[in-house]
Amino acid sequence: MLTTSQSLILIAILAAVTFFTRAVPFLLFPDKDRMPPFVRYLGQALPYSIMAMLVVYCYRNVKITSVVFGAPEFICALVILVLHRWKHNLILSIAAGTLLYMALVQTVF
Amino acid sequence: MKKEHYRQAFYMTLPVMTGYLFLGCAFGILFQEQGYGALWAALMSLTVYAGSLQFAAVSLFAAPFSPLSALLLALTVNVRHVFYGLSMLNKYEGNTLTKWYCVFGLSDETYSLLCTGETPKDADPARFRFFVTLFDQCYWILGSIAGALIGRYLPFSSEGIDFVMTALFLVIVIEQWEKTEDHRPAIGGFILSLICLFVFGADSFLIPSMAAILLFQYLLYRRDGRRNEASDSQTPLGCAETKSGAQTRKKGGAGTC
Repeated sequence: MLTTSQSLILIAILAAVTFFTRAVPFLLFPDKDRMPPFVRYLGQALPYSIMAMLVVYCYRNVKITSVVFGAPEFICALVILVLHRWKHNLILSIAAGTLLYMALVQTVF
Repeated sequence: MKKEHYRQAFYMTLPVMTGYLFLGCAFGILFQEQGYGALWAALMSLTVYAGSLQFAAVSLFAAPFSPLSALLLALTVNVRHVFYGLSMLNKYEGNTLTKWYCVFGLSDETYSLLCTGETPKDADPARFRFFVTLFDQCYWILGSIAGALIGRYLPFSSEGIDFVMTALFLVIVIEQWEKTEDHRPAIGGFILSLICLFVFGADSFLIPSMAAILLFQYLLYRRDGRRNEASDSQTPLGCAETKSGAQTRKKGGAGTC
């Protein structure tokens, strides 16, 4: 185990870098009215791409080549898709998908 | 802000609450195994507040003291957050303490809740976002403290509970899909990330994906710009002002609003 001050230094570094990565766009473009048009465009279009990327990120460790082929992950995604298009209830879709996933990984797969 | 708005903010964060309490708990357990108790876990979650980084960083506290690896790890794991800020520039305005707190608290999950820019009709958007951000971080801190204190004695198996975050992201993608006519950014982001995942592998595909997405969006932007040459000169300032409506109706990109 590290000493207390070493631990504190590590935490300070982690905190500073994390805040920096979140703040850097705001530091680069402080004035909303003088933002380059492309950056403006990004503000509208990026969320769609990023959310798609985050879904892929969640599935990054799913092994599609070994025995279960990521079945629980994909079954639950399908259930969420159908349920959400049908009921449009955020909590319902998320709760049903998650509980089903837990049931699948704990009992079936 | 009315009482009702706090309730709406709370309701909006419920899925994140489930996820953060359990993931925070998992972090607390891991960190405790390195000899760091509840106070340390709380300090990490209070000051760093970045889920995947906190998990990845646990090993740093076991190995010999290495500030440089901490710096590099934090940069590589969190560089995606630059993207979040970029797409929130229009929404987080001014120079107030609450704005900078919202910037500080822009985790994946908070971002996913707020990136569509929708807030209750008569609520002050900035305050609403502040409370969503604050609630989320509170769950994370509480979770990590609980994990450090009682994590081992959970009465039931929580295996698979982390899927709640995947479920949240999936639902948000579905909702985004329904709100816009222009599906190119979503499809492009999905396909490019998949390609990068297969090419670069699970541990290092995020940065190439982001680069590819940025290039892809630049190409889209140029294309739309040429198509709407006439309206191109007027920057979509109106988009940022008319809070939620215009941001979702974004067919034609930068030119038309």
